[in-house]
Amino acid sequence: MDSTRVPLSPTRRDVLAGAVGGAAGLVLLDRRGLSAPLAPGPPPAQAVIQIWMGGGPSHLDTFDPKPDAGEDYCGPLRKPIPTNGDGIVIGELLPELAKQADKYAIVRSMTHGVNAHETASYLVQTGHPAGDGLVHPCAGAVISRLRGYDAGFTGLVPPYVVLTRPPGRFSEAGFLGSRYKPFATGGDPARERFVVEGVVAEGISAARQRSRRELLHGLDALARALRDHPDLAARQESEARAYDLILGDAGQVFDLSAEDAALRERYGRSTFGQSCLMARRLVERGVPFVTIHYPGWDTHKQHFPAMRRLLPDLDRGFATLLADLAGRGLLERTIVWWSGEFGRTPRVAWEPPWNGGRGHHGAVFSAVVAGGGFRGGRVVGASDARGEEVAERPVHPRDLLAAIYERLGLDPAGSVPHPDGREVPLLPPAGDLPGGGRLAEILPGGAA
Amino acid sequence: MDAKTPWLGALALAAASFGAPAAAQGRPFESGVAAEPAGRIDELVFGRLAELGIEPARLSSDAVFLRRAYLDVLGTLPTPLEARAFLADGDPAKRDLLIDRLLAREEYADFWAMRWGDLLRVKAEFPINLWPNAAQAYHRWIRTSLAENVPYDRFARELLTASGSALRVPPVNFWRAVPEEEPAALASAVALTFLGARADAWPAERRAGLAAFFSGVRYKSTAEWKEEIVYFDPAAGPPAGAVFPDGTPAAIPPGQDPRAAFADWLIAPENPWFARAVVNRLWFWLLGRGIVHPPDDLRPDAPPANPALLAYLERELVASGWDLKHVLRLILGSRTYQLSAIPRSDHPQAAASFACYSLRRLEAEVLIDALCQVTGTTEEYSSAVPEPFTYLPADQRAIAIPDASITSPFLELFARSPRDTGLAAERSGQVTPAQALHLLNSSHVQRKIEDSPRLRGILRSAREPRQVVNRIYLLVLSRYPTPSELAAVQAYFASGEVEARAAAVDLLWALVNTAEFLYRH
Repeated sequence: MDSTRVPLSPTRRDVLAGAVGGAAGLVLLDRRGLSAPLAPGPPPAQAVIQIWMGGGPSHLDTFDPKPDAGEDYCGPLRKPIPTNGDGIVIGELLPELAKQADKYAIVRSMTHGVNAHETASYLVQTGHPAGDGLVHPCAGAVISRLRGYDAGFTGLVPPYVVLTRPPGRFSEAGFLGSRYKPFATGGDPARERFVVEGVVAEGISAARQRSRRELLHGLDALARALRDHPDLAARQESEARAYDLILGDAGQVFDLSAEDAALRERYGRSTFGQSCLMARRLVERGVPFVTIHYPGWDTHKQHFPAMRRLLPDLDRGFATLLADLAGRGLLERTIVWWSGEFGRTPRVAWEPPWNGGRGHHGAVFSAVVAGGGFRGGRVVGASDARGEEVAERPVHPRDLLAAIYERLGLDPAGSVPHPDGREVPLLPPAGDLPGGGRLAEILPGGAA
Repeated sequence: MDAKTPWLGALALAAASFGAPAAAQGRPFESGVAAEPAGRIDELVFGRLAELGIEPARLSSDAVFLRRAYLDVLGTLPTPLEARAFLADGDPAKRDLLIDRLLAREEYADFWAMRWGDLLRVKAEFPINLWPNAAQAYHRWIRTSLAENVPYDRFARELLTASGSALRVPPVNFWRAVPEEEPAALASAVALTFLGARADAWPAERRAGLAAFFSGVRYKSTAEWKEEIVYFDPAAGPPAGAVFPDGTPAAIPPGQDPRAAFADWLIAPENPWFARAVVNRLWFWLLGRGIVHPPDDLRPDAPPANPALLAYLERELVASGWDLKHVLRLILGSRTYQLSAIPRSDHPQAAASFACYSLRRLEAEVLIDALCQVTGTTEEYSSAVPEPFTYLPADQRAIAIPDASITSPFLELFARSPRDTGLAAERSGQVTPAQALHLLNSSHVQRKIEDSPRLRGILRSAREPRQVVNRIYLLVLSRYPTPSELAAVQAYFASGEVEARAAAVDLLWALVNTAEFLYRH
């Protein structure tokens, strides 16, 4: 049996979680919004694929081109291209994504004003401005807490997976604690064999795995002497799960050789391209949150050569992911969220030592969301003529996360339990932050 | 047959010659005798256990005590030589002598600077934001204070009253290692660190009364890159409403730094909270559970499990001139500390009354150092933030890493403290499925074992089978194998399912995956 496959309907999932918590649990569930305050539109999304553009990608060269701003802003990339979205134009190095624009919404007026990687990464992934005395969990850890093992998730692959290395920069799980950290696969899915740390061991046969496990059990004297100790019982359970993954069928999710070779080509035979394919396989098997950590976007120097190298790779992987998810009917229940911690300065620094670089820019930047009920082929907000400030409809990271949580069937005004017993709001109140409230433009059933 | 390891062929034949040293016969974890009280701590703990009708655990075996003392005092495993010498020593006072030796070692300062570093939030980047050079200066100051066993009242007073450059007067970083540099956050940090209390849960006026002492703390940068100066600004005026946490209003002369008045109140011997918080924390660090638990939520409605014990330790600390090592020595030398981890009572209050030693997974740093030590391998540590990144030399021990922003995937996976808040709960000892996968089957651990110079050395030099197995056991578990363990190993080697060298690799792999290796016990 493949127990990673848990496409529970939301209703059954809620019933299950409620049954675990008993009557008191149901009350809490309401407050945590596990059973959605019935958001309009299609059933809630069940998974998120986060494409994390570590370092901060240029908004001008991706989803918010400004061809009229001149060479000091555009550099050599002055010919943006039309898309299959009505009137939507994007960067010229993203031709494949141009064919998928009907599937995604671009938010061109993201803003938080923070230009430091650490604080901005935290803000974009938690929705909370730093410095309120708490370290909040990022969205992946929140989902791991509210949709993971505590909520009836039974998959052997952990509920929050990072391909392939954690983005770092802040402690992802925050006050929730290490249990809700992501499982980082390590390895490289673009290699002949994707060696997932802990799951795939090269050079150790299944027979040897079994015999050394028996040896371990024979020698684990303290575990026998303390059989009833709760910590050791939990460890025993972790060990059993680990072997189900190592020796059972569930680990085959990581075997990309099972995929059609032509499809693998379409994704691109790079770490990012194959990570996109891997992410699809994981959500297909019920993993609720997958982060693809794509580093390298902190292009202070030699920005344009870097764009010519990186953007085609992004284009293939991201576009193929959208098409593939849609083709398999997975896009309706899977949110794809593309963002970095900020954008990059629109004005190019041509002088040494930058020689054509772009700096950090938190005043305005772009994010993209697709699937899970979000309405594609749309643009929210706008930056000014040079992409330097928000021109209309500011959207704070809090607002975008609120929309994502809403589509997941979580109440954005709900809470997440702190280990000390109190309930902490999932998101800060919108009132104190720049931003325009609910993203009705791209949520189902909204206006316009 | 592997020509380089002639003993392997003999192993199956020589099973009968597997004689184990006397100490390892029978139970490896407990001594044969019941523990008798041997000092004031034991009188108080055993007395309480008798009142509750709880039978204490047996005294731990020498091997268990040895390993426990090394891990609790040094965060470091004994070497096989040290283990062999201690086990062979017939001196009835050998446990006390070992405690003295351990408290004098360099690793004591490394390991306890790690523990204090969690509490004092030594971290270069986010949300605590000291910057690398200041974090390193702060760490060095803490480590030196511990190595020199600076009296605890002086240690606290220096942290609380320091002014100057974060690079040149390291204790000022106490005032920078907060999520927000404003009086309320400073008050919370002071209460948590020195009173073991959560000011957030105090009545508002008490919180405000404490915060007022810190209303004149100011910060300014200098011409040097990332240098910051912490100082008291007399122009801030006398603090309005400065009230000590016991309710006494403070009278502070104009122009004087109110932090000094607070520090003097705090460290006065008649203030019970200061000594109580720290002895409770020392007890927690050694026994895994505070006399008041958790150790950083002291409040009137959280009664100590054993009030007389707590009061005794407070008096000892003050009477010894605030000598932290004196209190550690008292605890480590007690039979209470030396009890086995195997309980003899299922009374619900047994654990909270210290009827046995409490099992805890090794901290991330201690565990990776132990894996490095038993395999003879090293690790790489670096910071991902801020630029320019910091890289540490290959022989770096994880317990001695000066800054929580310098890390490795292993340390993150095994939940070292992020040092975000200073709360003890930030460091988790849970074993998660991802950790189990890593220990059982990752290329990281597998490579350390396969390429282990220590294992190669043993296989090359051992002359007889008993020597090989004994050496691997001493190396990994700091004890000799029992007869039944020898039989199990022999059966594994003799089964022929696994090639000879691979079988030795599997033995090392199995032992580092036992609870005995992974846990303090």
